[in-house]
Amino acid sequence: MAEQYIYAVARIRNKELSLLSGSVMESLMAAKDEKECLRLLSDHGWNADETKDPEAMLTEERDKTWALISEMVPDMSVFDVFLYANDYHNLKAGLKEVFVDREDKTDYSAIYIRADQCTIDPELIRKACMERNFDLLPEDMREVAKEANELLLHTGDGQLCDITVDRAALEKIYAAGKKTKSDILEEYAELTVASADIKTAIRANRTGKDRQFLERALADCDSLDIKALTQAATESLDAIYAYLERTVYSDAIPEIRTSPSAFERWCDNKIIERIRPQIHNPFTIGPLAAYILARENEIKTVRIILSGKMNDLPEESVRERVREMYV
Amino acid sequence: MSAVFSDGSGLFFAILGAALAALLAGAGSARGVGMAGQAAAGVVTDQPDMFGRVLILQLLPGTQGIYGLLIAFVAMNNLGIMSGSPEVNCSLLKGLAYLGACLPMAIVGYISAINQAKAAVASIALVSKRPDQFGKSMLFPAMVETYAIFALLISILALNGVGNI
Repeated sequence: MAEQYIYAVARIRNKELSLLSGSVMESLMAAKDEKECLRLLSDHGWNADETKDPEAMLTEERDKTWALISEMVPDMSVFDVFLYANDYHNLKAGLKEVFVDREDKTDYSAIYIRADQCTIDPELIRKACMERNFDLLPEDMREVAKEANELLLHTGDGQLCDITVDRAALEKIYAAGKKTKSDILEEYAELTVASADIKTAIRANRTGKDRQFLERALADCDSLDIKALTQAATESLDAIYAYLERTVYSDAIPEIRTSPSAFERWCDNKIIERIRPQIHNPFTIGPLAAYILARENEIKTVRIILSGKMNDLPEESVRERVREMYV
Repeated sequence: MSAVFSDGSGLFFAILGAALAALLAGAGSARGVGMAGQAAAGVVTDQPDMFGRVLILQLLPGTQGIYGLLIAFVAMNNLGIMSGSPEVNCSLLKGLAYLGACLPMAIVGYISAINQAKAAVASIALVSKRPDQFGKSMLFPAMVETYAIFALLISILALNGVGNI
């Protein structure tokens, strides 16, 4: 198995040279406006054009990454763990589109994530929701779709629908991560689930949600004791911090105290920190997964900087959101 | 079975030794060169000018196959197989001694070829990122060669000794 990805990893080694480093991000932040940012990106091989919509440029960069990987990896299903969240996003979109107004003729297609970024065709999900025929969906999505639909119809509570679907998404990501037998993908799944649980626990506590809500929302993972986290979240923020102090996420506490965006940044930086050893690994799927995550992280950071420049946000506000780079 | 182990049938074991030396060392090299070749192709896809450098690194795990072939030739030559007059009265002891003499090259050849290939793959990645480090990158897989050469030396010395039994 280790020998399966030798060609792909060797190609990725060269591609890693064109990843944006921390110093390039500093230059982008120091640029006086969006146009200068785009010029800098263009110098680093991005298809950045002042006349082009920056969002289209970012989508193009993302597509380039996936096109490269799919050219080298015959079975792309190993990376489905990165795409499951999009499938479940589309399910939420479908359920809500139907719920909002059946007579509404508004085109909601923009709220769905494109088919090439998903494992399930968004049109299929939309059709299943429109016809309320959830048997059209893959087996592991069917039950949660029915449950979320019932909840939405009976309670009209969009948040309840969201947490039900989100939990199913997290469980699927977690199971997929474990199934890959790849350390890096397992760690990605673990961190994704744990960080989502922590965010949910904090938000639930701040908005005064009850135990039932938490039990419905939190997904199991190895690095967190969900029962203890639920108990802490029903008590106080300090109880959550006290619980997290006993876990591997203790160093995230100052970030959680600072702001939700600071914690988001901590989570992304943690993933980059965990994948960084892959830069020296010549075998396995690890370096390929790391490259995808590094590119996603890079695109996210460029989006933050560009939107900061476009909206004239203070540099400090942008800087606190800028992620660490893989190279 | 008794015929195989009877005195004078050592030729079977002697040829088995020669075959194992060629087979295991050759198989290790084939796998190793294949692994390094995949990495080399990956680099050349985007950097065609790197062809010469990565080709040298790809070939490094190929030497074990040559050593195995050499040992098989020496063993068969000593047994008179190459000259068309095999030593049909080769004793069991002598045959087993030939087998034992060939084993270092067979086993070390296989293992070292695979491990040298892993080092070569890593070095190819290094050259891809730092072409100026080509000289150093050659040294890492070349270190593994030392042990293949030790095995070759022992097998040759042993084969020479066995010829005098």
